[in-house]
Amino acid sequence: MGLQEYQVLGRHLPTAQEPNPKLYRMRIFAKNEVVAKSRFWYFLRQLKKVKKANGEIVGVNVIHEKRPLRPKNFGIWLRYDSRSGTHNMYKEYRELTRADAVRSMYQDMAARHRARFRSVHILRVVEIEKAADVRRPYIKQLLTPGLRFPLPHRVAKAKSTFVAHRPSTF
Amino acid sequence: MSKSPSTFTRFVEVGRVVLLKSGPCEGKVAVIVEIIDHRRAVIDGPTTGVPRQSFPYRHLTLTPFSVKTLPRGSRTGIVRKYVEKEGVIEKWNKSAWAQKLETTHRRRNINDFGRFSVQLMKKNRRDRVRRALAKQAKA
Repeated sequence: MGLQEYQVLGRHLPTAQEPNPKLYRMRIFAKNEVVAKSRFWYFLRQLKKVKKANGEIVGVNVIHEKRPLRPKNFGIWLRYDSRSGTHNMYKEYRELTRADAVRSMYQDMAARHRARFRSVHILRVVEIEKAADVRRPYIKQLLTPGLRFPLPHRVAKAKSTFVAHRPSTF
Repeated sequence: MSKSPSTFTRFVEVGRVVLLKSGPCEGKVAVIVEIIDHRRAVIDGPTTGVPRQSFPYRHLTLTPFSVKTLPRGSRTGIVRKYVEKEGVIEKWNKSAWAQKLETTHRRRNINDFGRFSVQLMKKNRRDRVRRALAKQAKA
């Protein structure tokens, strides 16, 4: 399930009291536009006194990755609901795009904490420019200069149950 | 990275020439430009027709060739320059491995006329060998 980053703009409908309401902009990671708009209202409702019924979406645009072929280190601040409370977290991912990093994060949270999409709020996604600012060792180890490693013991899928020779793991 | 001589000779590293095992560029050769993580690398094959992309190690085979001086994360034009300067792709094409792949590919994708010609040629060779053997036996 690939995620896209959307820029969603919306505001309260103009009324007699407020003929020019404030316009709000959010960057939402979602599967498609429909989910993006829905999440926009979900978050905006929590922050401002506006809901879909008395508001309007002014624009939805896809935010494309500037350099999709360059691997980047992303730090993601998130907030998630566990079974007994809600917690903040900071996780790091090494990916090609922001959307990929967020997708990895959702998969990771589901695997490690059984947290579903609905329980996770993304607070901040930041590209870590300098390798020295990376906090997690599992990302730091990939940033050592002159990194190289072999692929030891490669197990190939056996094409049939009985073969004449032992497979090579090379 | 290892201080003692490693038992491994083929490493995932910037500049390593890799053979693609699956996807639209199957059977083509490319160069590792940057390591993303323990699962994927950015590969590029400007001279072999492989577009620059992220590729998992599962679908790669490491070859004994590498472009030793390639800088990490080089853009496609720079990769092309270094590949042409070191001539790795020519070295790969001359290797026994590459030639075996080529003959297997040619044999698999032969057309009906080709198969017929091969049959005739084999028959011809068989015939000459047997005649020569028979002559030897008589002598």
